[in-house]
Amino acid sequence: MANVFSNIGEWVNERAPGMMPMYRAHMTEYYAPKNFNLWYYFGSLALLVLVNQIVTGIFLTMNYTPSAAGAFDSVQYIMRDVEWGWLIRYMHSTGASLFFVVVFLHMFRGLMYGSYKKPRELVWLLGMLIFLALMAEAFMGYVLPWGNMSFWGAKVIISLFGTLPYIGGGLEQWIMGDFLPGDATLNRFFALHVIALPLVLLLLVVLHIAALHEVGSNNPDGVEIKKGPKGNRWDALKPADGIPLHPYYTVKDLVGVGFFLLIAAFIIFFAPTFGGWFLEHDNAIPANNLLTPPEIKPVWYFTPFYAIVRMIPSFLGSAVWGVLAMFSAIAVLFAMPWLDRGKVKSIRYRGTGYKVALTVFVLSFFGLGAVGAGITAEVIPAWFGNVDLTFWENLFGRLMTLLYFGFFVFLWAYTYFGWETTKPVPDRVTTHD
Amino acid sequence: MKHFLSGIALALGLIVGTLPAHAAEGAKVELMKSGADVRDQASLQRGARLFFNYCVGCHSLKYVRYSRMAEDLGLTEDEVMKNLNFTGAKFQEPVISHMPAALAGTWFGKAPPDLSLEVDAKGADWVYTYLNTFYLDPKSPIGWNNTTLPNAAMPFPLWELQGMQSAQMQPAKDGDAAGVEKLVLSHPGKMTPAQFQQATRDLTSFLQYVSEPAALQRHHYGIWVLLFLALFTFLAALLKKEYWKDVH
Repeated sequence: MANVFSNIGEWVNERAPGMMPMYRAHMTEYYAPKNFNLWYYFGSLALLVLVNQIVTGIFLTMNYTPSAAGAFDSVQYIMRDVEWGWLIRYMHSTGASLFFVVVFLHMFRGLMYGSYKKPRELVWLLGMLIFLALMAEAFMGYVLPWGNMSFWGAKVIISLFGTLPYIGGGLEQWIMGDFLPGDATLNRFFALHVIALPLVLLLLVVLHIAALHEVGSNNPDGVEIKKGPKGNRWDALKPADGIPLHPYYTVKDLVGVGFFLLIAAFIIFFAPTFGGWFLEHDNAIPANNLLTPPEIKPVWYFTPFYAIVRMIPSFLGSAVWGVLAMFSAIAVLFAMPWLDRGKVKSIRYRGTGYKVALTVFVLSFFGLGAVGAGITAEVIPAWFGNVDLTFWENLFGRLMTLLYFGFFVFLWAYTYFGWETTKPVPDRVTTHD
Repeated sequence: MKHFLSGIALALGLIVGTLPAHAAEGAKVELMKSGADVRDQASLQRGARLFFNYCVGCHSLKYVRYSRMAEDLGLTEDEVMKNLNFTGAKFQEPVISHMPAALAGTWFGKAPPDLSLEVDAKGADWVYTYLNTFYLDPKSPIGWNNTTLPNAAMPFPLWELQGMQSAQMQPAKDGDAAGVEKLVLSHPGKMTPAQFQQATRDLTSFLQYVSEPAALQRHHYGIWVLLFLALFTFLAALLKKEYWKDVH
């Protein structure tokens, strides 16, 4: 039997000479630092969720009707009449939220260990492009069930483009193909959601991994293993601190996959709406342009960015500033490799200033999320009684916005003027499983 | 690093700890706990009987087929067709009310909504509270009002079971209009208050089932999936340990 397989292998190799070298270069002879910790699971998990979204998405597409008249009913058809349709839909909807959980943690890992720094700038830029494409993909996917929150969420988000001077109004109608989100909007979002953006995402993911494997992975010590001593058990010329991706990290990631699937399955089977956070209750009402939901807010993963729009006031007769601020909140992340001029990568050996700043940055992100999700609107009256909600919410939200952007300003000054006192970085990685 | 993580954990805890419970739309109403349970099949059957005796005259469940309901509630085709199906629909057909929608609009000012997704949209506690807060209101054109959904266009169909509640009004204070202070049972019905609460709990359970029939399957398969994944994770961890023995 083994003979048959190796014969087939040889037959293929003779006809596709690039395949085995590519497999080796990216799997069995790609040497990753041996000290990856918990934070390094989220890249492979993001890939897993991407595959889940594509596979479940294909099956949803088989039963979904992309029209304003039929979309809502077809989702209920999937939930009730399609065999295992409920499972496929919950896997897709839970997957969407978990995609963002995993990607946020993956990005945070990059900030913590300086994975965006030279020589990995391109890896970071491609990753940021993936994040942008993912946000567009998620937004359009959210509109497809054509519930009332889909409709009003789409209306509000698209109207952000309407704040642009001169071209705004025209741009808004161009995006919707109508004066309100309608059949035309739903159809084009469907096309973009199931074909255009997944193709873009897949291409970017391939480039992201290719760029990573060119320069090699960073690690929790921020040590360049390629610059360290050479020679390991498998190859005398390869980094001494490296181990082959396959089988070492493939089996390790399998454990991460197991834990992740346990959490995902718990949500899918026992809390698919996640208390209204993953699937919103207002979306159980069909899209209705005459019935405004009591509170229009985006799904949780957009709330920090949405809060920034809300917190920036209109001035000079235009509301465009909030929208610009929101886009800058993402754009500024692209510039991380050039804003941070510190030579030390890992937070383990960086100055206290960086540790404090990163913590404050994370807290400001959560704080903005709380504003965007309407949590502060509930909590402020509950905790402080009869106070001026708008005033205190704006104060809190603007402070959080300031801290969010302040992180980047501080980081630049901190490293540009050489205020950072770093610890000595070891020559070799310090720990491993 | 440890401090860093604990800081994040603390922040997460603060945020999660303050998450508001799913609030029903509109005015802030103190909601009662429904205690609805879709896994209680007897409760679902009693709720279905109430729905088909008191509600289906006006409200449809357009996404629910009689056949699927029979299967999920442990009823035979005969039982459903004799005792629950009063609309003359076929067993495989969905539950559609006989009330003509156009006329219903003129009768009530608003056509009675389809209730297939009512619990999903508003929450079981809201539905339960709504069913328990009807009161006689001579000022309302239909004679009824509701503290959970003020000025609801719906007359109270369960009045012969609960009896009739009247409102004790709160005098108007400066800035606030006169409001309902509490509801008192002024005319007792066929059921005691405890029996009526159980009946509305059954009805809420049934509507919760109707909102998401898949819930029964979720609960049924979920535990096995989790057990399988726990075993898978355990084996993967052993495998990882074995492979990593030679990493020095």
